[in-house]
Amino acid sequence: MLTSWPILSLLVWLPIAAGLAVMLFGERRANSARWFALIVSVAVFVISLGLIVGFNTQTAAMQFVEHVPWIPAFGINYALGIDGISMPLIVLTTFTTILVVVAAWEVIKDKAHQYLAAFLIMEGMMNGTFAAMDAIVFYFFFEGMLIPMFIIIGIWGGPRRVYATIKFFLYTFLGSVFMLVALIYMYFQSGSFAIPVLHDLPLTLTEQILIFLAFLIAFAVKIPMWPVHTWLPDAHVEAPTGGSVILAAIMLKIGGYGFLRFSLPMTPDAAAELDWLMILLSLVAIVYIGFVAMVQSDMKKLVAYSSISHMGFVTLGMFVIFMIVSNPANTSASGVTLALEGAMVQMISHGLISAAMFLSIGVLYDRLHSREISAYGGVVNTMPWFGALVVVFAMANVGLPGTSGFVGEFMVILASFKASFWIALIAALTLIIGAAYTLWMVKRVIFGEVKNEGVKTLDDLNFREAWVLGVLAFLIVLIGVWPNPLVEVMHASIENLAQQALTTKL
Amino acid sequence: MEKVYLAVVLAPLIASIIAGLFGRQIGRSGAHWVTIIGVAIALAASAYAFYMHVFGGLPTFDGAVYTWIASDMFTFEIGFLIDHLTVMMMVVVTAVSLMVHIYTIGYMHDDPGYQRFFSYISLFTFSMLMLVMSNNLLQLFFGWEAVGLVSYLLIGFWYKRESAIFANLKAFLVNRVGDFGFLLGIAAILMYADTLDYATFFERLPELADIKVEYWPGVEWSLVTVISILLFIGAMGKSAQVPLHVWLPDSMEGPTPISALIHAATMVTAGIFMVARFSPLFELSDAALSFILVIGAITALSMGLLGIVQNDIKRVIAYSTLSQLGYMTVALGVSAYSPALFHLMTHAFFKALLFLAAGSVIIAMHHEQDIRKMGGLAKKMPITFITFLIGALALIGFPGTAGFYSKESIIYAVEASTLPGATFAYWAVFAGVFVTAFYTFRMFFLVFFGEPRMSQKEYDHVKETPKVVTVPLMLLAVPSLIIGFLVIEPMLYGGYFDDSLRVLATHGAMASLEAKFHGAWAMFTHGWVTSVVWMALAGVALAAIMYLAMPKVLPQLFARVFAWPKRVMEEGYGFDGFNNAVIAGGSRLLGRGLWQVGDVRAIDGLVVNGSAAVVGYLARTWRLIQTGYLYHYAFVMILGLIGLLTWIVFVGA
Repeated sequence: MLTSWPILSLLVWLPIAAGLAVMLFGERRANSARWFALIVSVAVFVISLGLIVGFNTQTAAMQFVEHVPWIPAFGINYALGIDGISMPLIVLTTFTTILVVVAAWEVIKDKAHQYLAAFLIMEGMMNGTFAAMDAIVFYFFFEGMLIPMFIIIGIWGGPRRVYATIKFFLYTFLGSVFMLVALIYMYFQSGSFAIPVLHDLPLTLTEQILIFLAFLIAFAVKIPMWPVHTWLPDAHVEAPTGGSVILAAIMLKIGGYGFLRFSLPMTPDAAAELDWLMILLSLVAIVYIGFVAMVQSDMKKLVAYSSISHMGFVTLGMFVIFMIVSNPANTSASGVTLALEGAMVQMISHGLISAAMFLSIGVLYDRLHSREISAYGGVVNTMPWFGALVVVFAMANVGLPGTSGFVGEFMVILASFKASFWIALIAALTLIIGAAYTLWMVKRVIFGEVKNEGVKTLDDLNFREAWVLGVLAFLIVLIGVWPNPLVEVMHASIENLAQQALTTKL
Repeated sequence: MEKVYLAVVLAPLIASIIAGLFGRQIGRSGAHWVTIIGVAIALAASAYAFYMHVFGGLPTFDGAVYTWIASDMFTFEIGFLIDHLTVMMMVVVTAVSLMVHIYTIGYMHDDPGYQRFFSYISLFTFSMLMLVMSNNLLQLFFGWEAVGLVSYLLIGFWYKRESAIFANLKAFLVNRVGDFGFLLGIAAILMYADTLDYATFFERLPELADIKVEYWPGVEWSLVTVISILLFIGAMGKSAQVPLHVWLPDSMEGPTPISALIHAATMVTAGIFMVARFSPLFELSDAALSFILVIGAITALSMGLLGIVQNDIKRVIAYSTLSQLGYMTVALGVSAYSPALFHLMTHAFFKALLFLAAGSVIIAMHHEQDIRKMGGLAKKMPITFITFLIGALALIGFPGTAGFYSKESIIYAVEASTLPGATFAYWAVFAGVFVTAFYTFRMFFLVFFGEPRMSQKEYDHVKETPKVVTVPLMLLAVPSLIIGFLVIEPMLYGGYFDDSLRVLATHGAMASLEAKFHGAWAMFTHGWVTSVVWMALAGVALAAIMYLAMPKVLPQLFARVFAWPKRVMEEGYGFDGFNNAVIAGGSRLLGRGLWQVGDVRAIDGLVVNGSAAVVGYLARTWRLIQTGYLYHYAFVMILGLIGLLTWIVFVGA
């Protein structure tokens, strides 16, 4: 019965419509706007739980499918559907939006109704991106979500917000233009923009490589991968807390999702051909960016760099699969699903951990209006509960077993050993580097004597903040202790994807 | 029985959560009651499991609790492997932990973080139990890292102290270096055995024994050697072997002596336990065993030497712990796993005794820890004096004490070994006996004998510590004296570990040890005429001459004659200096370089802002063309037309 409802359309359009409605509240009724936004975001989350309930884990086929002709002249359909890859990401999106709405409660005083509207509209767009079964629908939402984010950073951002927004916009926009070109080319070959049709479209190696590179530019910027990552630290530093949370928790994942939905199944031979490049860039992200994170003096920048480094595991897990199957020493030919599922788990887990980290920094920023590490010290003396939660999040960021941060890294490192000893070795360096930059920051911010008058006056978490961070901590530990339910959802789809990626189109 | 095993791990975990989250609600006594009950349940259940497995004839249990992840062809599970090795570790861990819990009531009495401390030590107990009870590498790694986390929290317990929060970061990072190797070892096992289950892995070992890998062109390694060494790197971190030992002396920053005890008597044994657990693997690689042997020997001797130049009573004991861990590691290297575990157990008792006795001294001295400022305490605190003496005798291997049996067994096993490096190791551990005796009794004499080196007023105030401190000392003194005598025969030669450990026939150290063994009593009487015991007595004698007979002359003379080696030793051979300057400093320098040169200048400066600048420049130049004069545009149009016509006429046609 559930499947007969247009759940996906609701998840896309309800927040967008609600977002437009929130704007009508106006500045003076900001409080009603907040409650309205909260109710909507909770409702959307509850609806997205319907996806979990009605989801059939046995099949790789698209579920909750909706199909309406949109621009028949070009074969464009409004087609939505989800599988085990997109479903967890949609739930992550609807969940994170609640957190953002709650976290903004007393913090955003200026034009709160517009701020909330931007986030609700963005939620719908992100859900649309994950649910899109038509390349043009995907592109529409993929580009569309830039606008609310652009506005969020540009209006509620820090002092250098103009530089940051333009950098963010140009970078991501430039990337996606190439993707559009590739999609149009494939349309001329196949006569369709339907993603399943494009999956089966035969292409020569040259065509595949060009298309792969076009996708790469689009998705690499989004993730972001080295060397097109420099927009992210700037965007994070200038963005308000909520913006940073959505950016890190969801938007970066869209790049990873793009690789899974487009690059791997549509251009498998090119991916196999260029896997060395992708692995190299991933390892650079893990190690190089880790070292860069170590020397940051701005907490948000540090966490931004740490995000890039962690996303290196996502791309590593996705592209190491070709070396896993071609490694003659890997006699059992296993490890491909492990790598891909590891990448997926890493995305979900990073969504939770980075959200938690940015929210924690937001808690401090709201009190002392500084993101500089040197402005703090001994915070645990005045904020013991906050200190304890930050240690939990830091340990998750470090990838301690028992937290979700461990699961994905563990799976990807184990799988990469099946490809090559050296890849696993370099990837495993994160154990040391990640611990160094994260815990060094914790040492300087959380522990020690009360450093100054500002820290002395800090109040511990209020109920709202404690609730938000507490829920995140609970989920992080839950996934760390029992990740199987999450992985189970993906099995069928990931195995199907592995099949597609490893079958040549030539 | 499964419920019993579950109770062992869950009781401390639940207690820890209650004390940690609801500490304020349940109050101080609530926190210590709930955790003590939790650990007592764990101890009772462990003792029951011990009884059932050892005397009740219960077979080895190997089963899963739940599936952590099923992905690919792999099923990663959380599960238990309960055999004789496990039940011994369970009892040691819970027994030491229970004592720590009780002692804490007195020691931490006035600390504002009382509930938090109980939560930590219960969590530690849980983690350590998960580690030893695991039946697979995933859970082992979980426990492994979880004890690392608790150690991080405990060392940094007094988070206001700069030295404490430096030490805990350092401990975590150094352990992570070991874990890095360990994780690669786990990955290697999954790669070739397609499982992380101990039992399945051991079954598949014969197929792996002949595999050669080439990770560096032209250099071929045996696979089992690679895996063994990678796993052992993990053990080097956790069990503080050179060069990853640097964190242990600093870990004394935690609330002493409790956290010191947790580290010294429990956590550091994880590495030793792991190697013993993987004896079927390590046995297949002589190269790895030699490596272990040499690392252990270096640790045993070099860390003992450092004990001589320490003046902080805790640090002397900390270095002695490092040195004793070296002995255990050496034993592992010569395939004498059971003596290594035997020493692990006896060491847990006498080192706990020494730490708690030192704690008693520290309490009496009003938190003075410098042994140069003590002296003459024997008369003032007789119980501490006697129990400390028992601990010290056990540590140096005085005939009859627990340490005598375990250490003597190790030294003879090394002597009998024929592995490369065994001769070096033998001389190192042999010389180590002298060193151990010397630094132990240097400390002992400085603390308890001689003139009091403090003001008369302070000396008058020193008095024996209360019963909550001295009773645990007396309780621990008993096993430190007799446990070796009691258990050496069943444990080493009675087949206790037959199901858990595997030793190849070609590694004959244990066999020759067994041939020489004629009962614990014979070993005791024979002990008086062995060179090892005489080495120990010589060390005691030298300490007596220097610090009892001529305390005013000889120490200064020695310090002057050996000024240069003394400095090197005081610097800890320069490990810390090197790590701080080269590794930590180098990483920061590298990070700053990559950031400033790579990100800021090259990518942002050149490419991003550079292309923006180019666009701006082009826009500025090309704007000049758009003059707005009609005749300019008309002129360009005519030029274009001419160009087009020329092309059509000459090329197009």
